[in-house]
Amino acid sequence: MTRTQKVAIAILGLVALAAIAAGLLAPSSYSEQYRDAISAPPSARFLLGTDELGRDRFARLLYGTRISLLLAPAAAFLSTLIAALIGGTAGYLGGRWERAVTAGIDLFLSLPWLFLLLTVRALLPLNTSPVTSVMITFLLLGCLGWAMPARIIRAGTRTLLDSDYLIQARAAGVSPLRLFWRHLMPNLRPILLAQFWVSVPVFILSEANLGLLGLGVSEPLPSWGAMLRELENYTAVLQNPWMLVPAALLVAVVCCLQLLLRTEDRIAC
Amino acid sequence: MLLSLLLRQTRRILLTALLGGLLGATLVRIGPGFGVDEREFDVRLNAESLKAIRAERAADNNIALFYLHFLGGLLRGDLGFSRSLNRPVSELLKERLPLTLGSLAYGVLGGISIGLVLALASIWWHAPGSDLLPAVLSGLALALPAAMIALIFLWMGAGGRWAIALVVFPHVYRYAKNLLTAAYQAPHVLAAQAKGLSSSRVLFAHVFIPALPQLAALAGISVSLAFGASIPIEVICDTPGIGQLAWKAALDRDLPLLVNITVLVTLMTLVVNACADLALSGWRTTR
Repeated sequence: MTRTQKVAIAILGLVALAAIAAGLLAPSSYSEQYRDAISAPPSARFLLGTDELGRDRFARLLYGTRISLLLAPAAAFLSTLIAALIGGTAGYLGGRWERAVTAGIDLFLSLPWLFLLLTVRALLPLNTSPVTSVMITFLLLGCLGWAMPARIIRAGTRTLLDSDYLIQARAAGVSPLRLFWRHLMPNLRPILLAQFWVSVPVFILSEANLGLLGLGVSEPLPSWGAMLRELENYTAVLQNPWMLVPAALLVAVVCCLQLLLRTEDRIAC
Repeated sequence: MLLSLLLRQTRRILLTALLGGLLGATLVRIGPGFGVDEREFDVRLNAESLKAIRAERAADNNIALFYLHFLGGLLRGDLGFSRSLNRPVSELLKERLPLTLGSLAYGVLGGISIGLVLALASIWWHAPGSDLLPAVLSGLALALPAAMIALIFLWMGAGGRWAIALVVFPHVYRYAKNLLTAAYQAPHVLAAQAKGLSSSRVLFAHVFIPALPQLAALAGISVSLAFGASIPIEVICDTPGIGQLAWKAALDRDLPLLVNITVLVTLMTLVVNACADLALSGWRTTR
């Protein structure tokens, strides 16, 4: 592990800790309005000022980080799980199932990811409760992001099928189900881990895109995407540059994840 | 051989595009709120008018029937009617497609050019730290959501097409750099260097040209990336293109419009991918 990657881990650790301890660090609730301090500049009371509804931006950033940082890995876990089941069984069983899965993967990959995501999200109810909107957003990310990992896992499974230990296990009469769960899946772990880590920044960015377009997490719950919506007001950004802090944090976290990914890529190879 | 590949690709493209359309139609149909018409909330309408509005949408309720009608219309050149925009879909697509195609062409070509130039430059220099600037730039571009890039371009007063280039370039740069670095370490390249060939000749004749077919695969990925990015970019920059139309169609649950856009986007992506595959196959045959 390089020094830069150690720094990346330290930054990610700090951000994760701050997000977990949001309840302790945040001076107020993310939805509490201070009507006497609308769009206030940073001060000892409000570290990052307040938004146009008078809510403490620092508190919202901490809680938003918690939502984005907890749920993006959860969505990545879900998509990797779906990809492992679909791609793994396609590679293992072969035949018609593999052809059907390949056609499905081709279909999903021929539709741009963001187009598919926006379409499906826009079709779901927009007037849901904030917590449901969080669940919907990240469930969608998890359920729609399986195609690319599935293709890689299918290829990995096909390669593993020709390995000596699997041939020997098959010759020893190990049942197909046991072969799949006990011999194949554990050996696919490096590929699965790599796919998981690749998906995390992709999902963070996708949530940010959805949030900026107003289809992400509903108000008053904060998320990085929802907080970026403030940036649409260019004049306000020029006058209050601290509004860029959520964007800077998002970029920093995704950059750190990308730096760590290089290690995962090597493991996957 | 090339002809059979061409036929196979055409069959695959058509089948996948039709399946894409069906997928889009099914998603819209099962979405909550499908079938709700804003006109129904108009208190001035009497029962008969409301009945007529519901009858208008009744044909869309059966998705198989709707899709069969859509395919029949497609064969006659009739793409249907957009209820949300109150205009024929063909007119809308004809109006908006050139703008998006122009943006995509600029964005994809710009992104590929910037990515390739930076990758070649960092390989050519091969001094420690020579790839620091492109690596940082591509890392930053990869860490920004497309909608945020659109906002930055909007603030700067620059066009959305260059925002697409910024989305495409980091992917091209990273892929091309890895590919060219691996090609640069091949034995024949080392032999060419040992024979005293100039570094530019080694890079272009022995590294870049042989890697061209693999680089061609980038075209398909770039188009898909660019189209995905064009939706938030066109929405935020208020560009009246297909991306913005897709956004409106999704928000208004406009089934005919959404199905047409899905088929169109799938076709565009698949055709570019197939062209890259054919180019690769032709290259291999000639060599």
